[in-house]
Amino acid sequence: MPPHISPTLAPQPDSFDVAIVGAGVVGCGIARSFAIRGWKTIIIEKASDILEGASKGNSALLHTGFDEPPGSMELELIKRGYETYQRIHSRMNLPLVKTGAAVVAWDEEQLRKLSDIAAHSRHNGVSAAILGQSALLDAEPGLSPRALGAVHIPDEAIVDPWSAPLGYVRQAIMHGAVLSTDSEVRDFRRRAGGWQIETSRGSMFARLVINAAGLFGDQIELLAGRTPGFGIRPRKGQFVVYDKSAHDLITSIILRVPTERTKGVLLARTVFGNLLLGPTAEEQDDRVRAACDEQVLRRIMEEGEAMLPALAGQPVTAAFAALRPATEHRDYVLRVDRHNGWITVGGIRSTGLSASLGIGEWVAEQGSAVLGKPGKANAPSDDDLDWPLMPAIAETLPRPYSQSPRSPIVCHCEWVTESEVRNALGGLAAAGTLGGLKRRTRIGMGRCQGFGCSGALHRLAPHLCGPPDQTSPP
Amino acid sequence: MNLEPEVLVIGAGPAGLSAAAEMARLGVQDVIVVDRETDAGGMPRYCSHATFGLAQFWRPMSGPAYAAKMCSMVDTRLIRTATTVTRLGLDLETTISSERGEAVLKPRHVLLATGIRETPRSALLVSGERPSNILTTGALQRILAEGRGLPFRRPLIVGTELVSFSALLSLREGGARAVAMTEPGDRITARRPADLLARLVMGTPILYGATVVRINASANNAGRLASVTISRTDGSSEVVECDAVVFTGRFIPEASLLGANSDLQDPGSRGPAIDQRWRLGAPGIYAAGNLLRPVETAGWCAAEGRAAGASIAADIATPLSQRGRRIPIATNNPIAFTTPSYITTGETGSDQLRLGVRMSRAARGCFVLSADGKPLWRSPVMSALPERRILLLPSLPDLSRIDEFQLHLEPGED
Repeated sequence: MPPHISPTLAPQPDSFDVAIVGAGVVGCGIARSFAIRGWKTIIIEKASDILEGASKGNSALLHTGFDEPPGSMELELIKRGYETYQRIHSRMNLPLVKTGAAVVAWDEEQLRKLSDIAAHSRHNGVSAAILGQSALLDAEPGLSPRALGAVHIPDEAIVDPWSAPLGYVRQAIMHGAVLSTDSEVRDFRRRAGGWQIETSRGSMFARLVINAAGLFGDQIELLAGRTPGFGIRPRKGQFVVYDKSAHDLITSIILRVPTERTKGVLLARTVFGNLLLGPTAEEQDDRVRAACDEQVLRRIMEEGEAMLPALAGQPVTAAFAALRPATEHRDYVLRVDRHNGWITVGGIRSTGLSASLGIGEWVAEQGSAVLGKPGKANAPSDDDLDWPLMPAIAETLPRPYSQSPRSPIVCHCEWVTESEVRNALGGLAAAGTLGGLKRRTRIGMGRCQGFGCSGALHRLAPHLCGPPDQTSPP
Repeated sequence: MNLEPEVLVIGAGPAGLSAAAEMARLGVQDVIVVDRETDAGGMPRYCSHATFGLAQFWRPMSGPAYAAKMCSMVDTRLIRTATTVTRLGLDLETTISSERGEAVLKPRHVLLATGIRETPRSALLVSGERPSNILTTGALQRILAEGRGLPFRRPLIVGTELVSFSALLSLREGGARAVAMTEPGDRITARRPADLLARLVMGTPILYGATVVRINASANNAGRLASVTISRTDGSSEVVECDAVVFTGRFIPEASLLGANSDLQDPGSRGPAIDQRWRLGAPGIYAAGNLLRPVETAGWCAAEGRAAGASIAADIATPLSQRGRRIPIATNNPIAFTTPSYITTGETGSDQLRLGVRMSRAARGCFVLSADGKPLWRSPVMSALPERRILLLPSLPDLSRIDEFQLHLEPGED
């Protein structure tokens, strides 16, 4: 090849094969799948960190898809996501605890539905067994004796909802992807062979755009002059996190038989050693602000206590509200616009954590075809990939405070060491917000909520703790 | 380090240090005091105002000066700071973690002196968004101790306990003036004239009959606090602009080492349930200080620590088999709980009980201590208030045939 034409083949710093809009759990999963296939990938995120939208709060479950509609994309991708997570989690040091789930019937009418639920689950390829009252109460002795029976789904599991997507995006970066935070998309301009993307941090070209903008998915479509075909209808979920003393009150995830009116709240252990109660499902217009409501929290706590009487009086560690990007459609909105180099990944409501790796694989297969290299549709073998080793913040893994070399504990509720905090402030996809630092380390997430560690937080991460007051004494 | 000390003291605050000093004075030298913080001295280290030491050392001292004085009473070689107890077994097997490594101790006695923490916003279930700068007094004082100043200027203080006024003073040191303090009742929880201090010296109004019911984020930045909504007892509500909210007090015993062993905890205080000799229901475990009962002064906690240290020193010489029976002290509204909540039989020495009482609401009348329903002792009280020290000094009868004590308040005339 003549040397004078080589510069045109040199990598263009602002030119990418794929631009993914949104660094939520779905965007992180998609970025991983493109990057490991060798596509030059950028993730564009308007917030200062990943997971700052819908992905910052969820029930932290890895679903089997047992109750999803057969034939739906949601079911297919949840199952694929579950299989992929199960295959790769230990390579990244991510927890997977198969607690199992019990879909509990609380009255005769619900009891009659159990056989249908079990049959539906098996039809979806998910094993299920019906438990009578005594078997259920043997397995879950804390449940109220009003529990009449249940469908047991042994493969339902709990995971770390923040380290998992962080691991996906770190692996993407290890395979050459760029994570651009503080980058709000201002405009999309159609260019030959792709899109020119104007962001608050500069301009870039991408041959293929993936819209994984979550709560802003429809607005991103409109910004690109496209017809969304869906509208985001934010659905708020409020949760209560109980202290670690409540963790052992149940073993499996406690679900309810869905009624016409509501799917009801669930109870689940968390991998951090707490007990989680929630969520509610409340429609709202605001796409950013998710407020807790004391009356609603007290109502779901009563619901929880009705299911699990020993919950009464258990100390509450935290309460939070999160938004799901629901749409008018029951299924995910997945559309491949091959002609325009655009893939829409919208309406990933509440199963995004479970399905993210499956969505990533599906989108990268479709995208590889659009990009003209169907041969890249298959990912390299796991053994040929680079893997990030995620910090062990789940209590199901050996934690750094008990390992060597050691560093002083700075968060005494969650036993977070100073070196864990320092590590999260640097390296790949470093913490860009205080919330991001908490999600990476657990600092400040415990029962005292910063009573003991706020000094250390301000010392170690002053740039994330707000501007110091210049006029105050030194 | 001796992995099988006679006594492990958990917490190097006023109670833990005083216990160690007292045990040393009584000849018990095989003691280790651990504290998770990098410096010993406990909570007073963060309170720089001169409100310490009066009752104990007859002069006003700053918190750090008081903490240093307490530390000076204990051989520093006994104290291990930056050392976190991660597990305490009922067999007293104790796992500690520090920079030097993890170690398992097998002490013969353990004194819990782990103090208290404040109730944060989330546990209070306050409605609204979750912007930054929602904190507790403890967090505020720790941030100030870092010396970088405060990232806010116009905080609102929730509560009027003693610690709330400590927050007010700390804020002044940080160059911030509280826009208001809120109190759900019609009088401050702390003793007067703290209210005058707030209003006249600090220029901070106290809003009575006021409860913070919602945290409001800024309209264009969900991460920034804009205001709080306050509901008044007359049914009205108002919005108060502020750039931080300090939730003060509502102290909770730091009893998490007891884990799910709820039978060792007092349901009223949520701290350890002790007998008159500072012993828990599990043999060899003792507790003293604010962990027992939010919240007392540092001087009071120090006195409890001394008494608990003396009790441990005495028990070292006494075989467990000679330990008596634990008789519970039952209470009912408006008495929240007593400290101790058990009386162990067969103890030598004083037969006068020092019974701390906490109220769940203000009341007046006559405290009546009964044994198996039969009144033994009465003490009239003009005004028994929540969060205040009430000390009863009844004489103990012959305990051999008593199954349960009852303490109740016979209502007085209004």
